[in-house]
Amino acid sequence: MTFYERMMNLDRRWVYLVIGVVVVVTAIWSFAVPLYVTPEARSVYDFVDGLVPGEVLMIGVDYAPEVMAELHPMSYAITRQCFAKDVKLLLCCLHQNGPGMVEQVVAQVAEEYGKVNGVDYVYLGYKPYPGITILAMGQNFRIPFPEDYYGTPLDSLPMMRNMTNFDNVKAIINISGGSGTEYWINYANGRYNAKLAIGVTGVMTADYYPFLQSGQIFGLIGGMKGAAEYEYLAEKGGYITREKDQLWASKSMPIQTTTHIVIILFIVIGNVGYFMSKRKK
Amino acid sequence: MGTAELIWNGVAALLVLCIYSFLYKDNPFYKFAEHLVVGVSAGYFAMILYYNAFLPKLINPLRAGQYWYIIPGILGLLMWARFSKKWQWLSRPTLGFVIGSGAGLAIPLYLQNYVIRQLSATMLPVGFTSWPLITNVMIIIMVFCALTYFYFSKQHTGAFGVAAKFGIWTLMVGFGAGFGMTVMGRVALLAERVIFLRDYMVQLWGALF
Repeated sequence: MTFYERMMNLDRRWVYLVIGVVVVVTAIWSFAVPLYVTPEARSVYDFVDGLVPGEVLMIGVDYAPEVMAELHPMSYAITRQCFAKDVKLLLCCLHQNGPGMVEQVVAQVAEEYGKVNGVDYVYLGYKPYPGITILAMGQNFRIPFPEDYYGTPLDSLPMMRNMTNFDNVKAIINISGGSGTEYWINYANGRYNAKLAIGVTGVMTADYYPFLQSGQIFGLIGGMKGAAEYEYLAEKGGYITREKDQLWASKSMPIQTTTHIVIILFIVIGNVGYFMSKRKK
Repeated sequence: MGTAELIWNGVAALLVLCIYSFLYKDNPFYKFAEHLVVGVSAGYFAMILYYNAFLPKLINPLRAGQYWYIIPGILGLLMWARFSKKWQWLSRPTLGFVIGSGAGLAIPLYLQNYVIRQLSATMLPVGFTSWPLITNVMIIIMVFCALTYFYFSKQHTGAFGVAAKFGIWTLMVGFGAGFGMTVMGRVALLAERVIFLRDYMVQLWGALF
């Protein structure tokens, strides 16, 4: 078997091993990675930064633990920025495995900033059928969510007294790891013209650039890199600090760098092997 | 880190290693972890659905005297008839309602947001005097050529064939970008788990020694 044929028939477990070693070595001996902030992530940050105390931002957190690595950093950074600016938060979860994770984020960050449930933030909880839930929220939050996640009637919460529907929130930021984003674009923005930005996983990011270009969303935080960009801006703005270990996504950027270099090398080796063995025939 | 947290994080670390053992080959540890995650997810979802949907949206209204909620309740129960070959037909009204209402809600909005709004986004000012105008020209040409590729009622020859070929290249660039983002997403998940394992090892070492 020639060298090129051996390259083409390489057992994939060797590839896994090399990538595993690269990831582990980089995790142990990390290094600083310069970060370029994309305009689409910056536009989300600038919008949130432009909110004044007392205004309400809605965050639709629609993901489950399997994509926590990419989306949790976004949720934490945005929540910390909002609470630091005394912006009120209205949160909901439209993914069946996500309610506990949303509660983890908002309860932990609320405790850091001394924010009170019902006054500074309201967590609506989970309801099935995202499309119908969003359509109903566009009329009145109380239709799908008569009570919040903790069973308290919305009408008894001080923050919800003047809140009826999407017209009463400054914008919606949907952080999603699945098809939830489609529903927010179709129903919240499409039907009710709600101002919408999204934070999605890396796999989904490329699919949503057309909506950014068409103006249906005003910002896009794409994957872990997008989360790292948002964390970089939030750190510069003084909303999160490295000392308190609040930069999750940024910790993984060195690993992203080295692993991508290795993957590119494997792609080049594979292509060279393919063309050389094709030429031989 | 408290003892309980150390133990539970240890369980999490062990399960991570069980899942990743599949990369070598399928084995009972991987199978156990996989079955565990499926079972826990299903159980968690069932409870979430009960307390967030079933209870507030059916049981509580019925208890409060809003008896018309029994109609969607019965429709929902009829869906269970799908499991019986003899009584499957009972689920047809429910399916009809769900599919009909879903299609009625979705089709006009999908048409508006995925077709009309996207079409209007390609109606852009063009020119060669500034970079935004040049990129607008590129967008229009690439959209046109990509759509040309999918027109199969005419042979892809001549000028039409050139446009279709350019359309394929445009699609390939798009797929390449999507592939790159996918790789980043998967590496991100791996990186976070490795960082979790690293931090746990440090904490375990500190707790033991």
